[in-house]
Amino acid sequence: MPKPVLRVVTANRLADGRVVFLAGAGWTRAIGAASLLSDPQAEAAALARAEADAAADRVVDVYAVEVVREAAEIVPVRLRERIRLTGPTAGNSVAPSAPRAS
Amino acid sequence: MYRYDEFDRAFVAERVAQFRDQVARRLAGEISEEQFKPLRLQNGVYLQLHSYMLRIAIPYGTLSSRQMRALAGIGRRFDKGYGHFTTRQNLQYHWPALVDVPDILAALAEVEMHCIQTSGNCIRNVTADHFAGVAADEICDPRPYAEILRQWSSLHPEFLFLPRKFKVAVTGAPSDRAALRFHDIGYEVKRDASGALGFAVFVGGGMGRTPMIARKLRDFLPEADLLAYTEAILRVYNLHGRRDNKYKARLKILVHEAGPEAIREEIEAEFAAIREGVLRLPDEEVRRIAAYFAPPAYARRPARSAAFEAALAADPAFARWAKNNVAPHKVAGHAIATISLKPVGGVPGDATADQMETVADLAERYSFGEIRVSHEQNLVLPHVARDDLPALHRALADAGLATANAGLATDIVACPGLDYCTLANARSIPIAQRIAGRLADAARQQAVGPLKIRISGCINACGHHHAGHIGILGVDRKGEEFYQITLGGSGAEDAAIGEIVGRGFSGEEVVGAVEAIVDTYVAKRAGPSESFLAAYRRLGPAPFKEALYGAA
Repeated sequence: MPKPVLRVVTANRLADGRVVFLAGAGWTRAIGAASLLSDPQAEAAALARAEADAAADRVVDVYAVEVVREAAEIVPVRLRERIRLTGPTAGNSVAPSAPRAS
Repeated sequence: MYRYDEFDRAFVAERVAQFRDQVARRLAGEISEEQFKPLRLQNGVYLQLHSYMLRIAIPYGTLSSRQMRALAGIGRRFDKGYGHFTTRQNLQYHWPALVDVPDILAALAEVEMHCIQTSGNCIRNVTADHFAGVAADEICDPRPYAEILRQWSSLHPEFLFLPRKFKVAVTGAPSDRAALRFHDIGYEVKRDASGALGFAVFVGGGMGRTPMIARKLRDFLPEADLLAYTEAILRVYNLHGRRDNKYKARLKILVHEAGPEAIREEIEAEFAAIREGVLRLPDEEVRRIAAYFAPPAYARRPARSAAFEAALAADPAFARWAKNNVAPHKVAGHAIATISLKPVGGVPGDATADQMETVADLAERYSFGEIRVSHEQNLVLPHVARDDLPALHRALADAGLATANAGLATDIVACPGLDYCTLANARSIPIAQRIAGRLADAARQQAVGPLKIRISGCINACGHHHAGHIGILGVDRKGEEFYQITLGGSGAEDAAIGEIVGRGFSGEEVVGAVEAIVDTYVAKRAGPSESFLAAYRRLGPAPFKEALYGAA
């Protein structure tokens, strides 16, 4: 059985560009806390809420992302979105003594 | 080095203040993203996968120790403690917050740097030979002309909304170290039979989805006509360049579609009309700008250095570094040292803030406080006494900066790719890391000899794959990363666009494929002195195809 494909709505935060996901109470950095959308109506409603937040200048670049459940994790289907979620895969200078929390 | 005058200082300060206000209004919701986006792009601010990205212009790739220290400080304070040097001699920060960008711009302005025209459909940062002013084969330092072009093109009202971006490069030597023929305009400084200075003019080159080698429009343009001729080219492009299709909007397409002869006629007609006007360069102004680039006060030194030769004999690691990373200098007793930003397993072009500060210190101690950024994503100390090379090498080794691979197979150029970039279809950096890991053995690299491997994560070709002896282009095939290989490209004076060798490879397979190409070259070359390009041009693609895909 292929895993059912769900969707989450994502964006980048306006002030710092960080990747966020739409949750019940607003936007979250943790995909595990995001609202999982299983049908087109829920997705349309979530996108409408997200676009309203974009119009209110909280986030930019709103869109829906396909995800699947793997064990307890929510994992994006596309590599691009997995990299957006977990950061560059390239190692080294991307993980130095970071002085700033992201 | 060039220092800002009152005009430079005033317009940069004005732009910082403007952008601070624009960011504040955006965050307060007074302007929309649609209104703000062109404003942020005009100040070098992109939105990437994980964050904003800020691109800083390093005009003609020259910077001072003071500027490098400021870049390190910004990287530490506003980024994650590093910066990324690009194939356009720029520096990118990959993690700045929008709210911090005005402060970053203010910090840059303090050291006479900015992000103006590092994005958008305007004349971008003018690039130059990273060995400018010091290369043994140089006719004339091209940077004064690059600086004149920078001043003329900065905020030039007629050319801020071109059909597409516009890139100019300048070299001053017959060896092309700046990929001149892959630029919208390439100027090669030369002398005519009478000894007068001028330029060979190349127009309409570019990479991207439609790679083109520039056409030579003029064999010799007199020095005084530099700006008038450039303006004539820009006017013809601005008038006729396509605005209906961004993929056909670059000058290269116009030159290709209209034909170089028709374009030359139009440019020459426009040039004839404006040649004697205000853009004619006064000789005293050229000399005034050139004085900023006067050579430093080199000590008189013998051509041979006993300290250098003793270190060569005593230390194999130094000898390897000296062979690959040290180039001949025009002044006796001196050398040009390349600092590789390609440690095996590292990210091509990345430097940590600590490394940037080390380079700034070493430049102060050994290179008159001057540093260059190469379009091959390395740094260069241009004025090192040969006597000082062993001490410089030890200090670089202590900072993890003594990788002895400049120009070799592991000196791989790679764009940020899908690890950072919203345009990318596939990752570049991990492929570069794995190829470098496979070919890392020092003796093997030395036996293979000079080899340019170039990787782009999408068709926009920021990783210059078209100009790679071995080029790798990442594509998305049904949701999987997939890599096409091209062979025989060159960004040098023998410029060529690499040819696709055959069907592409998965991310797993591509490392082995590159190794097979390298092994085939070594097995089939006429001898160690036959370069990859010479061998490819002699042999054609057949032996490489056979190695990759088996006998036909």
